[in-house]
Amino acid sequence: MTSLPLTIREAQEGLLKKEFSAVELVDHYLERLDKFDKKLNSFITVSDELAYLQAKKADKVISKLGEAAFKRYPLLGVVVAYKDIFLTKGLRTTAASKVLESYVPQYSSTVAERLENAGCICIGKTNLDAWAHGSSGERSDFGNTLNPWNYDYVPGGSSSGSGVSVAAGFSLIATGTDTCGSIRLPANYCGVFGLKPTYGSVSRYGIVAMASSLDSIGHFARTTADIEKVYKVTKGRDGKDSTLDEKSYSMPKRKIKIGIPKEFFAKGLERQVKESVMKSAKVFEKEGLELLKISMPYTKYGISVYYIIQPAEVSSNLGRYDGIRYGNDRTEFGDEAKRRIMLGTYVLSAGYYDAYYLKAMKVRSKIINDVDKAFKKVDAIIAPVAPTPPFKLGEKVDDPLKMYLTDIFAATANLSGIPALAVPSGFSKKGLPLGFQLMGPRFSESLLFKLGYIFESASKWRPKLPDLID
Amino acid sequence: MVKLKDKDIKHVAKLAQLSLSKSEIVKFKKQLSDVIGYVQQLNEVDTKGVVETSQTTGLENALREDKIDASRTLTQDEALSGTDKTNKGYFLVPMILKERTAK
Repeated sequence: MTSLPLTIREAQEGLLKKEFSAVELVDHYLERLDKFDKKLNSFITVSDELAYLQAKKADKVISKLGEAAFKRYPLLGVVVAYKDIFLTKGLRTTAASKVLESYVPQYSSTVAERLENAGCICIGKTNLDAWAHGSSGERSDFGNTLNPWNYDYVPGGSSSGSGVSVAAGFSLIATGTDTCGSIRLPANYCGVFGLKPTYGSVSRYGIVAMASSLDSIGHFARTTADIEKVYKVTKGRDGKDSTLDEKSYSMPKRKIKIGIPKEFFAKGLERQVKESVMKSAKVFEKEGLELLKISMPYTKYGISVYYIIQPAEVSSNLGRYDGIRYGNDRTEFGDEAKRRIMLGTYVLSAGYYDAYYLKAMKVRSKIINDVDKAFKKVDAIIAPVAPTPPFKLGEKVDDPLKMYLTDIFAATANLSGIPALAVPSGFSKKGLPLGFQLMGPRFSESLLFKLGYIFESASKWRPKLPDLID
Repeated sequence: MVKLKDKDIKHVAKLAQLSLSKSEIVKFKKQLSDVIGYVQQLNEVDTKGVVETSQTTGLENALREDKIDASRTLTQDEALSGTDKTNKGYFLVPMILKERTAK
């Protein structure tokens, strides 16, 4: 194989034309992992046996059905890595925590099942901040994950390993979860696309729960087309997650309006990021879209609302880890898990519930109200993903509150349940990725994809691989 | 400035079934105080008459037929497979009730 296919179309065309086989693809990915992942540490479990089994099956189907194989299995031959909170039957799933270090699930998540049934090949389970608690990839019980564009910097979290896997060429796509930016931030910091879908569009069944009213199930890829192809497979009701819904969205018939929210461009946003996002906004304007200034005043309370509601829900969800039916006992929880469990317990406890949890839920309503009002004026919103480009390892890890403030621009989408697409746009002066996010009303993914296509074509975006160090 | 006390930390740790060392209590006391201090900013927001949001789907009572789907039922072996602390098809649990006879 001369060069790794970088998109689903390249991979499937190559397989159909017999330029390479699915087994050779797996060979190539495993070689790369073996050579480069000791340093990057983006995988917890590499599933080589399973990958070869699935690759051999894929090769058989392709030789038997030819082009028709790709109609029946739309993601045939696509190598996928799963964030290690997606349960995969028979394949260890750890949540990057010592509590589950030997846990082998008895069933698979809906997303893993659907991707497998669509023809995906599973290369392994990726590293993350344990229990999805983190924004940098530095809180895994299995060691730090590094940024493939510069090993001194963080890849973003909590879906750190998945962002790296796609960026570094260890898989074609990867799954993630986004409870307050955990897909968008690693996508932004690793220079790939990341989709946080509408809350309630992709099933949470079989995924280790973090905050059940905020968890959104999404994925990483290198182009808008690939993001869309995967979303088509993962979305929709499954009879197992009662918060799922399916709604249609009508594309605006006149000029598309993109809102620039005042509160997301205020003090604290590093100038390089601000200029880069505004430059990207101008790209849309040049393509004939309209830019409008908007204001969502209550979004400035997003982090406070989030860091009350999320720990409260976390303290409840992590209550099941008692070491009785599976896993090790609660003494194996890391510091961040303990912090969030205690924070949550505190805000829910007698005497504090009204002042904190109930109050936060009410301010959440006010934020949602701001978002609804904004979408009466505009079709989509453009914003930075994080206040700065990727930061150095160790820079925030000793100050939990400082780390939490990284999420300041991510919170709005999770609190209001709306979709957001992280789009890569270029590189900083230090050679680290830059990008932005696009948000739309609930179930408006098709609009976000349309905007992604417009940006890719106007900015001549071409995915490329970083130079990795072995 | 919110200053949580040692007893606050010990109380929530007990409620959450977490055992903390003395140094952990000191460390977490400061960190949790910082976060609780930060979120005090919500007191500035007027929420009189505002209905709280529990979830954003607008859905209620998503039900299904009360029928067993064998394809998604775990066998007893599968259900027990997560641990070796089992006995004749039962999970072993820590003893809760210590008295064998009523007084």
